[in-house]
Amino acid sequence: MSYRRRPSSLHAAAAGAALGWCAALALALIVQSNPVVLGALTVTILAAGVLAGVGHELLRALRLAVPLAVTICVINALVSRDGLTVIWRFGDLPILGQTNVTLEATVYGAVFGLRAAALVLLGALYSLAVDPDQVLMLFRRWSFRSALSATIATRMVPVLLRDSKRLADAQRCRAGAAPGRFALMRATTAGVLDRALDVAAALEVRGYANAVHAPRRGRRVASRHDIGFSLAAAAVAVVAVATRVAGWCPFTAYPLLRAPAGARELAVALALMLLALVPFADRRGVRG
Amino acid sequence: MTLVSISELSYRYPGVIAPALDVVSLEVSAGEFVLVAGASGSGKSTLLRALSGLVPHFYGGAISGSVCVAGNDTRDHGPGDLARDVGTLFQDPETQIVMGTVRAELAFGVQNRGWGAAAVARAVEEAALALAVDGLLDRPTAELSGGELQRVALGATLAGRPAVVCLDEPTSQLDPVAGDELIGLLRRLNEDQDLTVILAEHRLERCLAAADRVIGMLDGRIGFDGPPAAFLVWALEAAPYLVTPGARLLSRVGLDPQPGVKAARAALRAARLLPEAVGVPGPDSALSVGGETGSRNRFLPPRRTRSPAALRFDRVWHELRDGPAALRGLSLTVAPGERVALMGRNGAGKSTLLRHAAGLMKPTRGQVEVAGRVALLLQNPTDYLVHDTVAQETSAGALARFGLSELAGRHPRDLSGGEKQRLALAIVLGDGASAGPDADPGLEEPAVLCLDEPTRGMDRAAKDELVALLRTIGLAVIVATHDPELAAAFADRVVLLADGAVIADGAASEVLCGGVYFATETARILGGAGGALLPEDGAALLERERVSA
Repeated sequence: MSYRRRPSSLHAAAAGAALGWCAALALALIVQSNPVVLGALTVTILAAGVLAGVGHELLRALRLAVPLAVTICVINALVSRDGLTVIWRFGDLPILGQTNVTLEATVYGAVFGLRAAALVLLGALYSLAVDPDQVLMLFRRWSFRSALSATIATRMVPVLLRDSKRLADAQRCRAGAAPGRFALMRATTAGVLDRALDVAAALEVRGYANAVHAPRRGRRVASRHDIGFSLAAAAVAVVAVATRVAGWCPFTAYPLLRAPAGARELAVALALMLLALVPFADRRGVRG
Repeated sequence: MTLVSISELSYRYPGVIAPALDVVSLEVSAGEFVLVAGASGSGKSTLLRALSGLVPHFYGGAISGSVCVAGNDTRDHGPGDLARDVGTLFQDPETQIVMGTVRAELAFGVQNRGWGAAAVARAVEEAALALAVDGLLDRPTAELSGGELQRVALGATLAGRPAVVCLDEPTSQLDPVAGDELIGLLRRLNEDQDLTVILAEHRLERCLAAADRVIGMLDGRIGFDGPPAAFLVWALEAAPYLVTPGARLLSRVGLDPQPGVKAARAALRAARLLPEAVGVPGPDSALSVGGETGSRNRFLPPRRTRSPAALRFDRVWHELRDGPAALRGLSLTVAPGERVALMGRNGAGKSTLLRHAAGLMKPTRGQVEVAGRVALLLQNPTDYLVHDTVAQETSAGALARFGLSELAGRHPRDLSGGEKQRLALAIVLGDGASAGPDADPGLEEPAVLCLDEPTRGMDRAAKDELVALLRTIGLAVIVATHDPELAAAFADRVVLLADGAVIADGAASEVLCGGVYFATETARILGGAGGALLPEDGAALLERERVSA
């Protein structure tokens, strides 16, 4: 799961604009708590993935995101003592003690899980659609090493995925019983550390430790996609923050559930979706 | 002009008692092409790391003596400073590529130095043209083949125009074609641009002829320093495992060893042991001695038969989703006890074929039939080693079978390359004791053993050890390899793959004689005469010719 230039508006936008668009969606996911709005934002991210030509890859990320969301929901339901509407009584459980599952804790966990899943999907969309080399160029003036670390981390993802697949294949080839999970986890960690050491040595001999700032380049003329995604990012951020401040899409879980799904919530959800997806409509010059 | 000066350098890695380098002194002039030869653990890589400043600045450890590169003393200047003058290329291209596209990768090093946009663009274009990767500039690095990645990594090293470039086994992961191309490219850059090249390699037959000078390393010391021909004379006495097959051939017929095919042929011609007409081997050259006429038909895959088989591929296709076909209607039968070498360029389908045999991949069309369990040893034996001790990795019987019982208490990752290889073999083969209808199917003695590039990065001694070991295993063995010398030493039969299909299938003496890249050095020197692949066979042939003449 790594960046590859594809013929889409998001890929055609400069890294700054695309990054800003992703950041605006992340901001919306963080400030909004109403399930209707969060659901709409999740659908927006999936739709953006399809429009950017990375729908298949996002579905793969969904396989990681859904179990994560379910896990969060279940854990919150089991450990939270808040909420008044008991939907299941487990009685005395080891470690957990008296355990009553409430509707409020379950819904709160589900909303929290939905937000986490949406952020995972957004991270996947970012790594698939935003050029890490451009991000490095963007940030090297302010924080070169942090930007490089982030870029290399992105680059290492496919390398480590290949490593873990190799390790898994090797274990399938063993005669007799497969080793335990703990042994495998340790071997994987050791492999990751070896890889990290190799990359660090490669960076050293390429002069990374003594990197100096390049002379300032001329200002780049913004493309239609840069403008589109920048405006969309600003609009999404403003709508998300303003509606939160105005209290238009409330959500409270405890002590009693309050998650309205009326016209106002639907309007905000629809507005955020449209504002985020409008730049994809312009496909002129998407091949760069 | 002296570019590199090493004076009485000794170095120990942290926590290790034995020195990796032991009182090494050396001077390299600008424009020299220096080959560093030696067994695994002899100090080749450490010497290159000392030149790039990684030793001691990155690896730590105890150091004495001095290293001065282009006027920079490495005690005062770390790898970052030295990167201006020293380009370094390691074995594994995958971990050296840090950017997303080839263009960004080539620009990375010079951007680190603060070059302006125009200078960076020019450096990128020039490096791309010099390395012939200009067609790849906007390709994502994640989509490049191993050979392309290594060229890009070399381009990134050269973009900043270093005075000296240090390369640590850069061809170990490349097929023979890409490996020869890389060595040729280095020689051209050395001649055209006066680039100083310091190259550490195991496959000396590939690069000895390109070098001006050879450093022979023995246990952290310099055992030899001189021209390639004199190196071979020294190695015959002091380090026989460093002698190239061509040199062994010449020494067996009483001639002075010579580096490279051309010089070896000239020496044989001067001694009237080789006719003037011998040149590049032809497709039927294996049969040119003895009066038998060759036929191209013998290189085609044999007809499918229903004779007993340990492994049978019947018109197997493997078509990748949104990608090409990795196997294209491949048919292949391996008899019990047969030893087969599988050769071909990177991406030809060798690994895919072995993975199908072991059941790690399923054909999209066609059938794979096996007469029992298939044991597969993948490229990196370390992938099998997940426990704290050798004893925990497999049964005591399996350890005893591969002579590893004495190492039972050691940590698997502390073993040498050859020992890791044997341990991985013990893990995939087991002790072979379980048999009968009630036996655990995972523990039964396999019908076929498959090895994927088992000698990558191995020195000759470890390779010889592996060949001897494989010869003692009475199973059908299939080895995917880029190394024609290994194939010649081990295999009864060689199958050549290209683009997912079998393009040649025959006895080793037939397939490995009729080419340039997939041929042993002996076969290339003799033009494929008599089907001689190994120096011993070649020498015997030449002796017979001498007697009959």
